[in-house]
Amino acid sequence: MKKLDLARILPGGRRWVIAGPYLWLLVFFFMPFVMVAKISLSETMLSIPPYTAMFEWLDQTLNIRMTFSNYAWLLSDDLYIQAYWNSIKIAFNATIFCLLLGYPMAYAIAKAPPHLQTTWLLLVLLPSWTSFLIRVYAWMGLLGNNGVFNNFMVWIGLIDSPIQMLNTNFAVYIGVVYSYLPFMVLPLYANLVKHDNALLEAASDLGARKITSFFRITLPLSVNGIVAGSMLVFIPVVGEYVIPELLGGAETIMIGKVLWQEFFNNRDWPVASALAVLMILLLIVPIMLFHRYQNKEVGQ
Amino acid sequence: MALAAGARRQQHETSTETKKTLLSIEKITKYFDEDLAVDNVTLDVRQGEIFALLGASGSGKSTLLRMMAGFENPTEGRILLEGEDITHQPPYQRQINMMFQSYALFPHMTVEQNLAFGLKQEKLAKDVIIDRVQRMLKLVHMEKFARRKPHQLSGGQRQRVALARSLAKQPKLLLLDEPMGALDKKLRTEMQLEVVDILENVGVTCVMVTHDQEEAMTMADRIAIMDQGFIQQIGSPVDVYESPNSRMVAEFIGSVNLFDGQIIDDQEDHMTLHTDELDADIYIGHGVTSSVDERSMLFALRPEKTLMTRERPEGDYNWSSGIVHDIAYLGGHTVYYVRLPQGKIVQCFLANVERRADRPTWDDPVYVHWASDSGVVLRS
Repeated sequence: MKKLDLARILPGGRRWVIAGPYLWLLVFFFMPFVMVAKISLSETMLSIPPYTAMFEWLDQTLNIRMTFSNYAWLLSDDLYIQAYWNSIKIAFNATIFCLLLGYPMAYAIAKAPPHLQTTWLLLVLLPSWTSFLIRVYAWMGLLGNNGVFNNFMVWIGLIDSPIQMLNTNFAVYIGVVYSYLPFMVLPLYANLVKHDNALLEAASDLGARKITSFFRITLPLSVNGIVAGSMLVFIPVVGEYVIPELLGGAETIMIGKVLWQEFFNNRDWPVASALAVLMILLLIVPIMLFHRYQNKEVGQ
Repeated sequence: MALAAGARRQQHETSTETKKTLLSIEKITKYFDEDLAVDNVTLDVRQGEIFALLGASGSGKSTLLRMMAGFENPTEGRILLEGEDITHQPPYQRQINMMFQSYALFPHMTVEQNLAFGLKQEKLAKDVIIDRVQRMLKLVHMEKFARRKPHQLSGGQRQRVALARSLAKQPKLLLLDEPMGALDKKLRTEMQLEVVDILENVGVTCVMVTHDQEEAMTMADRIAIMDQGFIQQIGSPVDVYESPNSRMVAEFIGSVNLFDGQIIDDQEDHMTLHTDELDADIYIGHGVTSSVDERSMLFALRPEKTLMTRERPEGDYNWSSGIVHDIAYLGGHTVYYVRLPQGKIVQCFLANVERRADRPTWDDPVYVHWASDSGVVLRS
């Protein structure tokens, strides 16, 4: 009876609760995106703001000016295509490295005695308690020509002169894998820790050795964790700006860096906006995949 | 079906006596750190029988089963399968398969793939595997569900798949860990008889672990009752129920009325006990070879053998007066709780063979009595 009364007072109460986050996303994600999309269809000009208006009221006529020249420009210039390709390549490789490093870590933590699991997870998370920027700066200190690694290797006589590590793709990979590893480990751990040990015992009972059990049971059952972790690494790394800017060199052209240059150095808002819109479209595909897998996991 | 299974078992029982030993547990002891889980257990499982390890949780029965499967290493002792020492063989090399309590079906594989998993590890030819999987599906009546995933099956269906998977490799010994534990009561009774049918069809030797005495008595040829890591008694269901060898077994299997008594007379063909808890002394139709210093005995009497009347029974032995303290009507039979003069409450089962019969009611004076061969004398 009480439930019925409540339902009458608050019709669709559940929908209102959901409306909160949707409203948030609408105001702070969708609207800015529409604004950026709008700017990407205008032309650059020297004024404030530095682009042409889309709607104009002139002689009792509404003029709508939309230009796709920015997109044509992006597609015609090798630099941008190169930047997109580079970003995706670096993000993809970094995801693979994170997976290869993170899976054994997550597996070891999930198999550890329960009282150690918390400690080990904490150690994975601990670096994130300091500022991201400071940690990337720290890597500059470690990787530089006069940095800790080079000095050490020269000191023990392994090399005669410093190796160029900073401002290379190598440094970018180090930075990216280091920074995003927790995002791979956590979903993998969350998945692996739920695995029923009886399944491995059953496999062993049925004649499977440990290595077979891993590839036939554990690995297929952790696919959802692999996908979740990979998406959490891949998506932000594609748009990463700080790490390629600080650790990368001239060869490291990533979309985040190019976007910054267009926006702040060239003050070309429309082209920068077009870059951003294309990047989001590029990322929507993996996000949708992620979403589908997540739904699948909920369904099971 | 119940009758059929029962009848076949009777035959079975008489023939197992001559059958040879398949599995020998020799002085097995298992410690977990400082805790003693299994205490110097020795037992033999005979070819073709269903052997039940029965005990409360923490009695060590599951640990013993897991050592047979190879998931735990015994601290001391040996396990022999057909005379071969398998104590330290890893599970994947033993010709023993187990049906897990949770079934442990691989959730990402179909029923077929689950059944084929063990066969693939043996590197059997593809057509042999397909053929064996089909036979197993048929055995447990799951042909229609071959392509389903475990989460698309009901509890009973999952159990059938788990059973089929553990039988697919044609193990020498099958282990069942609380086989009915995950089923509701009604389905449990059905499946108990069906599983026995399937096992007898296949002719596999089986060790099962259960905490449910009804399940053990329905399914097993022999039962080992475990308590605190060691075996209290091994015997057929009739043995352990009618001739328990200790107070623990008498109390664990079914209900029992226990009386503390002193031996008055112990002859070859009879003995008498005196107890303060009853009006008359206890007369037992056989002697117990007791030593002189063993005067204190425990008399155990099952409630269904404890009879109740309104008239005073004839004779000088085996009765007592009392009043009806409580009545529990259970449909098929009624449990009367009778308070004896000294305050002890005994249970007494009366089968309800008549509808609405005239029966004693609360606070009625009654008499309980029993035959001279109804009870068992235990050393206390």
